[in-house]
This record gives sequence, C-alpha cells and structure tokens, in this order.
Amino acid sequence: MKTDGGTLLTLTGFFAVLSLFAIGGGNSAVPEMHRFSVDVQHWLTDRQFADTFALAQLTPGPNLIIVTLIGYHVAGVLGALVTTLAMCGPSGVFAFFVGRASDRFKGSFWHGAVSRGLVPVTLGLTASSATVIATTADYSWKAALITLATALTAYFVRVHPLWAFAVAALLGLCGLV
Amino acid sequence: MISPPIPGPPEPQAANPPSSPASAPQPVRPSLSELFIAFATISLSGFGGVLAWSRRMMVEERKWLTPEQFNETYALCAFLPGGNILNFSVIFGSRFRGPLGSLAAFAGLMGPPTLLVMFIGGIYARYGDLPALRHMLTGVASAAAGLMMATVAKMARPLFRDRAVIRPLIGLATFISIGVLHWPLPLVLAVIVPVSIGIAWVRV
Repeated sequence: MKTDGGTLLTLTGFFAVLSLFAIGGGNSAVPEMHRFSVDVQHWLTDRQFADTFALAQLTPGPNLIIVTLIGYHVAGVLGALVTTLAMCGPSGVFAFFVGRASDRFKGSFWHGAVSRGLVPVTLGLTASSATVIATTADYSWKAALITLATALTAYFVRVHPLWAFAVAALLGLCGLV
Repeated sequence: MISPPIPGPPEPQAANPPSSPASAPQPVRPSLSELFIAFATISLSGFGGVLAWSRRMMVEERKWLTPEQFNETYALCAFLPGGNILNFSVIFGSRFRGPLGSLAAFAGLMGPPTLLVMFIGGIYARYGDLPALRHMLTGVASAAAGLMMATVAKMARPLFRDRAVIRPLIGLATFISIGVLHWPLPLVLAVIVPVSIGIAWVRV
C-alpha cells in the first residue's frame, strides 16, 4: 500500500464526480464504488469490499461513511480524509446553493417532475446495490438464506437494522454463514 | 392556512425570550456550537435510520423546525445528489447561520463518524483475516443486502399501483445496466435521468 500523490488524486477525482451522481443517497452509489475500486483499480478484493460495506453499516453515521473506509484502505488516514471531503464537497456545495434558492421554486412544476422522475432510477440503483453486495460477499447458500430471511422479515415487519445485523453477525460467529 | 412568516427586524426577536407561546411560534435559532452538537448527536445515534433521529431532535425536542418545514426540507434533500442527511445538514445550517452554519452542521455530522470509522478500519486492517470476524462481516453484509431488497420492494409498490408501464421499465433498465452489466454510473445516469424526468414532465 503506497500513498503517492497519484493515488490521492485518483481518489479525489473519482469521488468528487461520484458525489454529484449519487442520487437517492449514498447506498445507490455502491455499485459504482465497487466497479471502480475492485474491477478498475484493484484497490480491494470482492471480499474486502463486502467487508468494508458491512463495517460501514455497523458504524453509526451516514451510510456515506463507506467512502471513508475505502479511502483509508487505499491510502491510510490521508486517503480517508481526502476521500470523505471529495465525496461530500461537490454535492454539499450544490445543496447549499439550491437550499438558498429553494424558496423561489418551491412546489413548482419541474420540482415535481424531477422528484417523480428520479424515483424509479433510485429504485433501480438500490436494487443494484443489494445485488452487488449479495454477490460479492463470500456467498454460500447459508448467506443467501440470511439475505432472503432478512428481506422477508423487513418487508412485513418494521425491523431496526441493528437487530438484523446482530442476529446475522451472531449466526456468522457460530459458523453458520 | 395562515402562514406565520412576517419577517420583522431581527433585533426584537433576539431580545425576546426564546419561548413565548402566546405570540407566533417562532422557531428557536440554534447557535453554531448547538448545530455542531445536534448533528454529531444525530450522526452517532443513527444506525441506518438517521432520518428518524433527525426528525425527533429537530422537530420534537429542540423545536427548530415545524413538522411541515421538516418534511419540505427533507423532500428537497432526497432529490439532490449526495447523502440525504448530508444535504439536510448543509441546508439546515445555512438557513439559521449562513455558510458557517452549514460548515458547523456538516462537521458535526461527518467528523465523529469519520474518526470512528478510521479506528474501525485500523482494527480491520490488523484482524480482518480472522475467520470469526470474516464470518460475522459476511453475515452482516448478507443481512444488509436483504434490508435493501425489502426497501426496494416497498418503494416499488406505488410504481406498479398506478398501472404505469414506463416507470417500472425505467427502474428495470437502471437495474440491468448498473446491477447486472456493471456499466459506469455517470454514463447510465446521463442517459436515463433526462429520459425519466422528461417522461414525468410530459405526463403530469
């Protein structure tokens, strides 16, 4: 793991662009993070990526915190900071100016069209994230069973994510995954 | 409905005690450090469900926003790019304290979890190959994938309810190009977002 300027620059550039394409929140950008950091740059293996995702889920805070872990893995503390700022900066500045202007176009026609147009895209992206994570984890039929059971339970009852994670982690600890 | 804001000069508001229930319910205006602490608290107590926590604090406990203001702001944040709660912190901070308010709220939201996750990353770098830890993480990742699938299923219901064909098709096209074919996200969005918004616009 070498922390040269080129790597930091690559991290910054990629996540700064991704920041503006992460519609529907941090989790919908997970497939793109996987494509770039595993398939293109070979910074992480499939398993490390799935682990990173799981660790980010276990950390309190925004889901976006996964980028900090990726940055840390690639280039240490500096990488973590640079990546976090790159992922938050552009979209944050954009939100700042839109927020200032928002009173002017509140409830306007295009506002409705934009949000309704984005819903199916966000849906497709979230489905992609689930698939990418499900297929990159060390996948056995037992792990698939956990995915299925969690999906069914969370669909029919309100489950706090921590409970789902606790049960799954415990099953894993007992060697049942 | 009668909307409250008749913006008077700021001085008398600042002079008044923060809560005078008889007059118009003017929300309390948080200071920079209060913004930082509020978002740090939300961040550190929010596992997955940051929305619920932010609502409880902003609306119910501190009364910085009315329920309507909260919903409006959150709806705006949900369709902006980037993390929803991140956008919320920036817009919320700016509304009360300008650019510095945005920075204070953002630092509160991201600072503590960034430090925490680097610590966790350090532990993983050292012990990540232990079989017990690996199995636990695989379990968590599998459960997280399941939670996302449940979210997708819940989000998809209203799409099919209005008997529309195009919106489910757009969702499916996004899924196939990103989730199955692994195409680059910016390229896919550059095509699919204008198409989807255009269709939503025409069909209002």
